[in-house]
Amino acid sequence: MNRQNLSIALTGSGGSGVMTTGNMLLEAAAQAGWYGVMGRSAGPQIRGGEAAALLRVSSEPIESPDDNFDLVLAIDPGSFGRFVAEIPLRTDSLIISDAEGGRRSSSLPETPARLVDLPMKKLAKTVKGGRPNMIALGAVTKVIGLPEASIYSILEKLLKSKGADALEASWACVQAGFAAGADLPKVTGPSTNTESTQERWSITGNEAAGLGAVRGGIRFVAAYPITPATEVLEWLAGSLPRVGGVLVQAEDELASINQIIGASFGGTPSLTATSGPGLALMTESIGLAVCSEVPAVVLDVMRCGPSTGIATKSEQSDLSIALNGLHGDAPHLVLAPTSVTDCVFTTQWAVHLAESLQTAAIVLSDQSLGQTRAIVNRPADIAFMARRQVPERFEEDYYRYAVGDSGVSPMSIPGQAGGQYTADGLEHNEAGAPSSLSEDHFAQLEKRERKINGFDYGEHWADLEGSGETAVITWGSTSGPVREALSRLREQGEDIRLIAIRLLAPERPVEMAAALEGVKRLLVVEQSHSKQFHRYLRAAYDLQAEVRVLNRPGPLPFRPNEIIEQLNYWDEGNGNEGAMT
Amino acid sequence: MTNETACVQLQPKEYKSGVKPVWCPGCGDFGVLGSITKALSGLQIQPENAAVISGIGCSSRMPTYLSTYGFHGVHGRALALATGLKVARPDLTVIATGGDGDGFSIGGNHFLHTCRRNPDMTYIVMDNQVYGMTKGQASPTTGPNWEKGKLTPGGTGINPFQPLVIALASGANFIARTSSSDSNGTARVIMDAINHPGFSLVQILSPCVTFRPEQRDWKHMLVPSPKEPTSDPAQAARRLLRDHGLYTGILYVGERSVYQPKLEPGISGIEEFEEEFRL
Repeated sequence: MNRQNLSIALTGSGGSGVMTTGNMLLEAAAQAGWYGVMGRSAGPQIRGGEAAALLRVSSEPIESPDDNFDLVLAIDPGSFGRFVAEIPLRTDSLIISDAEGGRRSSSLPETPARLVDLPMKKLAKTVKGGRPNMIALGAVTKVIGLPEASIYSILEKLLKSKGADALEASWACVQAGFAAGADLPKVTGPSTNTESTQERWSITGNEAAGLGAVRGGIRFVAAYPITPATEVLEWLAGSLPRVGGVLVQAEDELASINQIIGASFGGTPSLTATSGPGLALMTESIGLAVCSEVPAVVLDVMRCGPSTGIATKSEQSDLSIALNGLHGDAPHLVLAPTSVTDCVFTTQWAVHLAESLQTAAIVLSDQSLGQTRAIVNRPADIAFMARRQVPERFEEDYYRYAVGDSGVSPMSIPGQAGGQYTADGLEHNEAGAPSSLSEDHFAQLEKRERKINGFDYGEHWADLEGSGETAVITWGSTSGPVREALSRLREQGEDIRLIAIRLLAPERPVEMAAALEGVKRLLVVEQSHSKQFHRYLRAAYDLQAEVRVLNRPGPLPFRPNEIIEQLNYWDEGNGNEGAMT
Repeated sequence: MTNETACVQLQPKEYKSGVKPVWCPGCGDFGVLGSITKALSGLQIQPENAAVISGIGCSSRMPTYLSTYGFHGVHGRALALATGLKVARPDLTVIATGGDGDGFSIGGNHFLHTCRRNPDMTYIVMDNQVYGMTKGQASPTTGPNWEKGKLTPGGTGINPFQPLVIALASGANFIARTSSSDSNGTARVIMDAINHPGFSLVQILSPCVTFRPEQRDWKHMLVPSPKEPTSDPAQAARRLLRDHGLYTGILYVGERSVYQPKLEPGISGIEEFEEEFRL
């Protein structure tokens, strides 16, 4: 595939408008017929600090950052310096910066890239109410060859709420940017393609998860704000009332999880979204959902941990707590979307599974999926809906926790006469009455495990590609760069297998054995310092191949070339020493 | 999902599940169980249309002993479970039950915020000023000089939590105190609490005969409030701060609006959400 790509980083101080500029550029790229992703990186400050919009646009659908950036637009040199590690550059990359852009003039960090100066601050001052980020927008439009015509309508759309004066000032700045950009070196982007009839969306992972939840049937959400999950909750707050649902802002995460369990007990499919610290608070009650067999979905948009960690940046380090954080033997579901688009599918599927199996489902998204806006093809429609087994009529004695073959027992809903029972976090007998008898404990443990292990999850448990003797196994957001790396190798005639696990719990030993059939080398790729995914694989599966691990903590994302280099290094007969990042 | 069975008068005993309580002989909670069944019978609420929600503790066992729907959750979270249920299912009569430790210590934050939110439910707290299930530790309503708590051998040395004052300040819409020994009086107050819109708190002084045997004397110490219930929070506050926790009856009846989001669809289908993402 002849993919045409362009990666652009916009950096500035928080409040300098780089995210706005980035969103406008992404929108203009979309109008030019391109696909794209825009990730966000920010310091911890609410206002001020530093912020970066990390864009990649392409002629083909993409879901990974590229190896490095072609163009940087630094509103001020100092802020760019905070992102050097996150913005890898080549010698032919171009940095456009404003030496006078910062409050205090500071120099750019050492870089291999080409540098040009653009006095954005000074140019903005020539316009009443002008802002440097709009000069930047005009200049970048020129440098990468986007059609100028679309910019005005985008300004109109995205600045609607700011009033006519702001629009006029912005447009004047953009035009000044066009003029200044005309003299700058060009960085070629993909060729414009406005012929495509493919329906495309602009959506973030957090919005996609919200959409998947509503599509799956979620109608009650309890919410406590937490970065980087807040956008899911904000989207749901506006969207749920349109379909007869509701979001309640709770007093804390303990309330969130218990409110959704209460609402679900009442028959309404329910969800909460949080990040690591919130998930930790919720774990006791997730066990309650498991024990009382009340469906509940918890979306964890992961960030760097432990503790408060780095709230604004991504990491795959809540895997262990999601899998093993519940006390007692508490079988439950753990799922992870493998791309921004897949946040729709995986969240919707999680709702379907939690409802079908009357248990808790934890969905592990992360900051890099959740806060990335992507221009994608419209996600496919999926039929999975919340479908809870509810008894239609009641025998003389209704046993809420009747032990049957499937382990799923019909669940009565308050209001149904004859179905009354007490849902309980205490171990109970089939009728639901508390029991401390060993035989009741054993029977109910078996039931709760059987219903989850015995369910037919079909092909969705993992994304599988290729058939070679070398395989890369990964999960979540890391799937994007792995997929791109393997696709590049495939173009060179090298067939490497991909296993991107979507259903992390329960384990799928039969399916995994088939996926690993004939694999001699297995590279594990994960964004966790303590190799949580590798440990999980070792504990859950029989790995007969030679195994190596490419892991590192967040927030630096994996880039496709790193994965290719790792595979080549192994191919060249190098030992395991030094193989790990 | 309303039932269509013929309307026959349900007697209090028909609100009992038949499961034998774990409580000690003489426990005040037996009386409260009786009062709840009398109140449900008095209001003729169909058992399937009521849900009794609790956390952990002796008194939190209550749902199991009733023939209504019930949820016996984790420690301290009864009001959160109940809030979720009530918001999603406003058609149900929702009652939360529990003790002083569950409600005012581990569940303290939910207590404050449920009072503040004011959903239409009734919260029955069986207050015995001790953790009974764990065999006798000081609770948030225990006085400072009670020396028999094994975690606080010299007494807690700190003043007890004043649940009714805090409830008033937090926005509870109905506040009452009763004695578990007055089964019929308590039943009448619970009926009023259920009927009153918004969040109703009924503190029932319910002796722990095992770890606080001196509480048997409560029946001689508690007196009906000499005043009619007030709807003036300032007046209620003055009275509650002065009554040494010993006046019974309905003490405050508020007029706040009830928290209940509308649950009616604003548009026809989910397809319309796609508009905001489509380029």
